[in-house]
Amino acid sequence: MTLGRIFKTIFLVEFVKGLLMAIKEMFKKSKTVNYPFEKGPISPRMRGEHALRRYPNGEERCIACKLCEAVCPAQAITIESTERADGSRKTTRYDIDMLKCIYCGLCQESCPVEAIVQGPNFEFATETREELYYNKQKLLDNGDRWESVLAKNIKLDKPYR
Amino acid sequence: MFEYIQILGQEVYKILFVLVPILVSVAMIVWLDRRVWGLVQKRKGPNVVGPFGLLQTLADALKYIFKEIIIPASANKAVFVLAPIVTMTLALVAWAVIPMSEEFVLADINVGVLYLFAVSSLGVYGIIMGGWASNSKYPFLGAIRSAAQMVSYEVSIGIIIINVLLCVGSLNLKDIVLAQNDLWYVIPLFPMFVIFFISALAETNRPPFDLPEAEAELVAGYQTEYSGMMYAMFWLGEYANILLMCAMGSILFLGGWLPIIDIYPINLIPAPIWMIIKILFLFFLFALIKAIVPRYRYDQLMRLGWKIFLPFSLLYLVLTASFLFYFDKLPKGNF
Repeated sequence: MTLGRIFKTIFLVEFVKGLLMAIKEMFKKSKTVNYPFEKGPISPRMRGEHALRRYPNGEERCIACKLCEAVCPAQAITIESTERADGSRKTTRYDIDMLKCIYCGLCQESCPVEAIVQGPNFEFATETREELYYNKQKLLDNGDRWESVLAKNIKLDKPYR
Repeated sequence: MFEYIQILGQEVYKILFVLVPILVSVAMIVWLDRRVWGLVQKRKGPNVVGPFGLLQTLADALKYIFKEIIIPASANKAVFVLAPIVTMTLALVAWAVIPMSEEFVLADINVGVLYLFAVSSLGVYGIIMGGWASNSKYPFLGAIRSAAQMVSYEVSIGIIIINVLLCVGSLNLKDIVLAQNDLWYVIPLFPMFVIFFISALAETNRPPFDLPEAEAELVAGYQTEYSGMMYAMFWLGEYANILLMCAMGSILFLGGWLPIIDIYPINLIPAPIWMIIKILFLFFLFALIKAIVPRYRYDQLMRLGWKIFLPFSLLYLVLTASFLFYFDKLPKGNF
């Protein structure tokens, strides 16, 4: 040990420096946010809760092509379809098991009509498993609820797709 | 008979008058600890329950009360239940002799320092009982570590206290404070104050000496098998002990309830407030240190206690004694 080091050890120099540093840091602005009351920024590419979108006239976008069902790596999507009176093909059943879903975003990427999308919402915890088996009605409701944000996010992300 | 009951009632009233503020301040101090820790790490710390999160500890306590107390099947039930009770009782009992001002002290006994020292030594029992009765590896290891640590550092604390006693000439805590009227002992005995402070950290199992509950190695040390209110009682005892150490430090070195300088506007502040300010200051240091230091290794801890603190405080004791003797400043009490 050199003399300088012995001096430093005896007079706890490093320790006092640490204390002063701690006091200095105390008065700086905190880096965390007050979560339930404030929220951090979210990217337009956020892959959160799913939603089924509609056209502005209220018609469902989904054409039951089942691309999302085929591409889903977790096999979380189940679709059944039928021909409607006007000759168009529409879904009768569109279920997503949110517990199987791995939130990879492939369904959104594969969708030719931008019907199934993943929105910015990540706070959909429930108290029972059953509530997380989303059906078509729930997904359409989500779409209606988040439509303004979803449309904006899709527009923002368009140049990079 | 009636007189006896009356006296009993008075005493219980007096004890409650000391006990309730201590329990409340323990709750506040836990909040302060977490808050300071958070601020240093640039987090917010608990800030939701009540104003500034002040009621966080009460909410925690409420949660603990409603939790189930689990007693392991292979535990020694009587000792297992007794351990947290012993810890908490001993931590609170020591407060009887702490003078908050010249009049405000529950038991003004003339061996106050000895009593404090004895009670805080007994604190080891609660921990070792808890660790042994759990009948499980980690609590046992934690309890053994804790016992060894507390016993080691008690030795150097004892010698530091002798340093102070040499200057005072009395074991009464009130006399110790009054002897510091002219000069707080933190100035002539500054190295002793530093060693006392670090030993107090070790004595109360605070970081950097929190080996008994080193999470990464021992889960939670002797508290591993405890749950519900029993765990909370260990916690309460621990923080009451920390407060006690802060109070001891402020009585022995920082002049207890005496104001910083005895001039007009400052000495208007009542004595107990001064005492509280000093305790809080020391606790603030405790909390800051928790945030900045890494944990000691076990052999480093033992080396620090036995090979550095003990010889150094002995040396300083000799120096103090020689100084007092040479300049004929030895206290001339009524022996």
